[in-house]
Amino acid sequence: MANLRRGDVDAGQDPTRELLSAADVTRTVARIAHQIIEKTAFSPDSADDVVLIGVPTRGVHLAHRLAAAITEFTGASPAVGSVDATLYRDDLRRGPARALEDTAMPEGGVDGRLIVLVDDVLMSGRTTRAALDALRDEGRPRAVQLAVLVDRGHRELPIRADYVGKNVPTARTEQILVLLTESDGRDGVAIGQAGRTGGDDDAPAAAETAGTVATDPEGEA
Amino acid sequence: MRHLLSVADLDATAATALLDTSDRLRQALLGREVRKLPTLRGRTVITMFYENSTRTRVSFEIAGKWMSADTVNVSASGSSVSKGESLRDTALTLSSMGADCVVVRHPASGAAHRLAGWMDRGNETTGTHTSIVNAGDGTHEHPTQALLDAATLRERLGGIAGRRIGIVGDVLHSRVARSNVLLLATLGAEVVLIAPPTLLPVGVEQWPCRVGHELDPELPALDAVMMLRVQAERMHGGFFPSAREYAIGYGLSEARAALLPDDAPILHPGPMVRGMEIAPAVADAPSSAVLQQVRNGVHVRMAVLYHLLAGAPE
Repeated sequence: MANLRRGDVDAGQDPTRELLSAADVTRTVARIAHQIIEKTAFSPDSADDVVLIGVPTRGVHLAHRLAAAITEFTGASPAVGSVDATLYRDDLRRGPARALEDTAMPEGGVDGRLIVLVDDVLMSGRTTRAALDALRDEGRPRAVQLAVLVDRGHRELPIRADYVGKNVPTARTEQILVLLTESDGRDGVAIGQAGRTGGDDDAPAAAETAGTVATDPEGEA
Repeated sequence: MRHLLSVADLDATAATALLDTSDRLRQALLGREVRKLPTLRGRTVITMFYENSTRTRVSFEIAGKWMSADTVNVSASGSSVSKGESLRDTALTLSSMGADCVVVRHPASGAAHRLAGWMDRGNETTGTHTSIVNAGDGTHEHPTQALLDAATLRERLGGIAGRRIGIVGDVLHSRVARSNVLLLATLGAEVVLIAPPTLLPVGVEQWPCRVGHELDPELPALDAVMMLRVQAERMHGGFFPSAREYAIGYGLSEARAALLPDDAPILHPGPMVRGMEIAPAVADAPSSAVLQQVRNGVHVRMAVLYHLLAGAPE
């Protein structure tokens, strides 16, 4: 996967095409940050009202980046947290027990605040559903919005994102690879054939049972 | 993981995974009003206790309930055991009723292991999967106690590898000591057993630990000390001259506790016999981790149930 460029064929394996370069990722994060500021009417006065909550692993990295961008643009920082949805998933019985990830609610909790849930890839919507259920047990937010870097379609639940970095039409057999410096050493988004590994947290159950989507290294397929 | 019968079945990776899950569960439930996770909805956990217990039984029950499993408690007195039903028949009965997990405590060493064997054979004919968790079998093992002690030590010391942990007292009758020696050694700790020669089991020299008979010289070099309860109910004969003599030799008095390094935690699996193996003031001191152990017990048992019951059946 090193030095992946637009149109590259990766290491003679199945073709992997780059969708967003490192610079594109930075620009996209900045754009979503602006949209969040606009849609939530974010200002230094209302900074306490908005909380960015990432879904581990890459969603948390993105939440921190969005918070940094919002701070840069407005001078005020939204709170950042993380919510691990594993214990709320509907597919736990489909594989061996999964390792849990960090859950960290911001100081002051979620009651009455506007939550922006942040994830890297939106696909079936099942991870988002699980994260919403987990949030509900944490308290009663005023509202919950969803921000994703990539929306690749194939929804299995009535869920849509409020902020989308890039809409990517995909086949179910394809896989979206999100790379972020914090976990992968560099930034980028690519599309490849199933069997590759990467940050696709939201693979649909149907594809999993068909055995076409490989488990990623963190067991989060 | 199909059953949890002995910490000897856990390698460092598996044990660390359980401890990590336990930490994450604690973190996930921290400060919450609703301490309930939906993960084990529809699963049934039966605790079957042939020996008295407060913390272990209640802790398993709470662990199951916080994960939304249905928990049922069976005790030997008040069940058909008092009518002469065998362990095997009772267990197969509970399994046939749909228990996904049977948590068993039994006075006979090896009882959980036997039970797991019967369950596996029964499972093949009925097609059900019942996991067995050993909640203490005779003087053999108590895996979840060792795991909760390890979780507590990790929390207090920041890690276990390379730390020197002393285990003091009635090692002979203690399943807690055996499980702790094995698990702590697996996790890379240096374990020192300190006990009178009469309270050490045959073959202790083959355990992965060092054995000493004098408490005072060991204390200053320990990172943590674990006091064991003197198990009078298992003693048939004179193992030490008198309770007072034992307390003088091996009890953790205030003066002795002062020999420990300042931040060394003091653990006790409970129930404590105050004034015997531990002085009341020491048991209530800030360095005492006793209540932290109890709290971690719930999260560790949630982790065990999660790893046994949440995933696909093996």
